[in-house]
Amino acid sequence: MMKQKLLSKWTFFLIVFLSYLAAALADTNLVFSALYYTLNILWTIIPVILLVFGLIFVSNIILTPKRIVQHMGKGSGVKGWLIAMAGGILSSGPIYMWYPLLADLREKGMKHSLIAAFLYNRAVKIPMMPLMIYYFGWAFTLVLSFYMILFSIINGLIVGKLAEVRE
Amino acid sequence: MVSEIYRESALKTWSSFKQNMPILLGMLLLISLFIKSVPKSLYSSVFTGNLVLDPFLGAVFGSITTGNPLNSYIIGGELLAQGIGMVAITAFILSWVTVGLVQLPAESLMLGKRFSLARNLVSFLTAIIAAILVVLTLGVLA
Repeated sequence: MMKQKLLSKWTFFLIVFLSYLAAALADTNLVFSALYYTLNILWTIIPVILLVFGLIFVSNIILTPKRIVQHMGKGSGVKGWLIAMAGGILSSGPIYMWYPLLADLREKGMKHSLIAAFLYNRAVKIPMMPLMIYYFGWAFTLVLSFYMILFSIINGLIVGKLAEVRE
Repeated sequence: MVSEIYRESALKTWSSFKQNMPILLGMLLLISLFIKSVPKSLYSSVFTGNLVLDPFLGAVFGSITTGNPLNSYIIGGELLAQGIGMVAITAFILSWVTVGLVQLPAESLMLGKRFSLARNLVSFLTAIIAAILVVLTLGVLA
């Protein structure tokens, strides 16, 4: 099972590699530009990657499946939602950097709805608000943030229902 | 006993790192190739000011492309400067972070196909609804 999982992940990487090969046949400059862009992103997200795997290390020590189920599992109630939403708002870096941690927490019992709420709240970024205010103003920033938090709950509830139908 | 717990946690973390790095690296390469392939001028030629079509298209663009929220604010700001409507820009910003077609294969592998499809579909629809509500609310407040 684990071997199969690893194989599919390397298959994905191979597909990306082949996409680059195909693109190189059409436009070599585009490929170099994309590779340079990748290196730039990698450089900026290395701290986030370290943070994420650091959190996984800590979570393996303190977050036992029993505790996860207690705080973010079935029956966790409002507290579970608040933890997931705050986690989404406070987390930094690209969304996909957080998949490994969320997959780990889900295996320990975190609800689908709370994972969805966490991911939706990634749109609310407190450190980046000054830039949003600069471009769009205070009113827009506050109204958008309010709706993003509200819709994270709606999103979580719907996704939770849809994802758990067959489980 | 305590050192055994730390050792076990380190081994689990290393295993998680080995499993996820090919996807994360592939993801980054794919996003970069996509961003570099789409010319910035394309964004401004698509939006026409239609109240229904613009948020839909904004959400479509935001869903295909992806990345740090910071980039969506900068692109949104540039689109605003070029006269694109606020409802399209809002849908674009919302879907940029909450929906990701490029990262869908990675999300499916890590969080499950059913969950990923449901989450992206619902996020796409709510991005359009939320964008319209944001603009309507701003209109009422003004």
